[in-house]
Formats: sequence, C-alpha cells, structure tokens
Amino acid sequence: MIGIEHYLVVSSILFVMGVLGIFLNRKNVIVILMAIELILLAVNINLVAFSAFLGDLTGQVFAMFVLTVAASEAAIGLAILVIYFRGRGTIAVDDVNRMKG
Amino acid sequence: MIQVISFYLFASILIASAAMVIFARNPVHSVLWLIVAFFNAAGLMVLIGAEFIAMLLVIVYVGAVAVLFLFVVMMLDIDFAELRAGFIKNVPLGLLLAVVLVSELVLGIGAYRAGEVKLGVPDGAAAVTEMPNTEAIGALLYSKYIFLFESAGLILLVAMVGAIVLTHRKSHSAKAQNITSQNMRRPQDATRNVNQPVGQGVEL
Repeated sequence: MIGIEHYLVVSSILFVMGVLGIFLNRKNVIVILMAIELILLAVNINLVAFSAFLGDLTGQVFAMFVLTVAASEAAIGLAILVIYFRGRGTIAVDDVNRMKG
Repeated sequence: MIQVISFYLFASILIASAAMVIFARNPVHSVLWLIVAFFNAAGLMVLIGAEFIAMLLVIVYVGAVAVLFLFVVMMLDIDFAELRAGFIKNVPLGLLLAVVLVSELVLGIGAYRAGEVKLGVPDGAAAVTEMPNTEAIGALLYSKYIFLFESAGLILLVAMVGAIVLTHRKSHSAKAQNITSQNMRRPQDATRNVNQPVGQGVEL
C-alpha cells in the first residue's frame, strides 16, 4: 500500500532535481525559474501528502497559497527577464554586475 | 493494486520529466516537459484525494504559468547554446551533491518512519469530513483562512501591476489623457448649450 513515505520520497527527489537544475543551468535564468517551479511543486506535494495522511485540510489550503506565490513569482521573474533582455540583449545572469553590488 | 500501479506510474513519469526539464538542450522542450511534470503531479494528488489542488495545478500551472514561460522563451531571441557553456563541467559535482542531498532526505524520512519523531497532531479544527474535497476546502477557506485568502488575492494583484509596470513601454504615437489640462479647464472656455433666439446674431 502507498504510504506517506512514498510521497515524501517522490517530493524530496523532485526538490533535489530543482536544486540540481539551478546548479547546472547557472547562466540560463529561464531554466532557473523553471527549476524554482519544480521546487515549489515538491513543496506542494509534501504539503498535500501530509494533509491527506494526517486528515487535516490545512495543508491543502496552504498548498493553494504556495501556488499563488509561485504564479506571481513566475510573472514578476519573467517580466524582469524581459526588461533585462531588452537592455542587454542576453539573459546570461552570471555577469549581472551593472550595479556593482 | 490499481492505486499502487498508478502511483508508481505517475511518480516515475514525474521524476523523469523533471530530469528532462533540467537536462533538455532547448528551453522550449524544458517548458513542455514541465507541463508533463505538472500533469503527473496532479495525478499524484488525485490519488490521495486532493482533487481541488490537482485541478488548481492543471489550471494555474499548465494553463497560466507554463504558457507564460512558453511566450517568453519563444519571444526572446536568445542564443541558448552559449548559455550552456560550463554545463558539462558542472555535471559530476552537481550529481554528487544531488545524490548526497537525496540520501540525506530519505534518511530523514526513514527516521520519521521509525517512530521516534513526534509530529504535531492535528487539532481537529480542519478535520476531513464527509464533505467533498472542494466543498471542504471552500468552507475552510472562506471562514478560518479568509484574511489569508484575501491577501493571496492582493499578492496576485501586486504581481500583475508589477509585471505591467516593468514591461510597459511608453508609446509616442498613442494618445493619452492629459490630466493637468483637464483640471485647468474652466467653464467659460467650455462649450455652452444656447437656446438661440430667432432673428438675433450669434454670440461668439
């Protein structure tokens, strides 16, 4: 039978996939944003699994809030990406040093 | 039995497509694999009875976020081959770190299973009842979590305004409202509606 551990293992593998994606595609900010979406999906699976197996709906409500934040983060991130590309003609993020910060 | 089979099917496709998202050469393919991953995650959530979140995943992620990604990837003229420089060099260390991280996480989950870790016990305020999943979430969302729900809406509004403000370009040919000249306008400059008597001159 499928228990909570199965779901937790799947979500942790998915989380590590997202971290690996950020690590490997350090220049390509689009893939970095997609990897962040994967990480948030792993978080959602975790929340929903605990919610279902502990019999408490709060986890699913919070999964909805995580989804909201993920959607707005993607929108803002892609908007920043578009204006960055307009100014620089590239999206390589490892040489973002114009502000000398 | 069918539950176990579909769990392993969804889980394996989910992980395989997540791997394809980060290893695909072409970001358009990455987005398409991301859509596959979201569909399979929705399947996993349906399996444990969270239908509302599953449908929300399909609608919000596949319908909105993935399409947004597709738009941006296809709209910008980016040399992706150049961005992949150093990818191969990072793979061994990255995989090593990933394996270490996964094994640590799985070890932690094993410790949880061994029973020594005490999780918080649900207080029963949001207990699963006989209601359908969507109805129960709605009852919870519009009562106990109403302020959080409203602030989620506010976050979406701010994101929308922010995205528009960031990407909006002022066009020189477009006509716009000039508020100063509108406010400086006086009644005597304005058009009057005159009931013109017959046989008299027109006042200009």
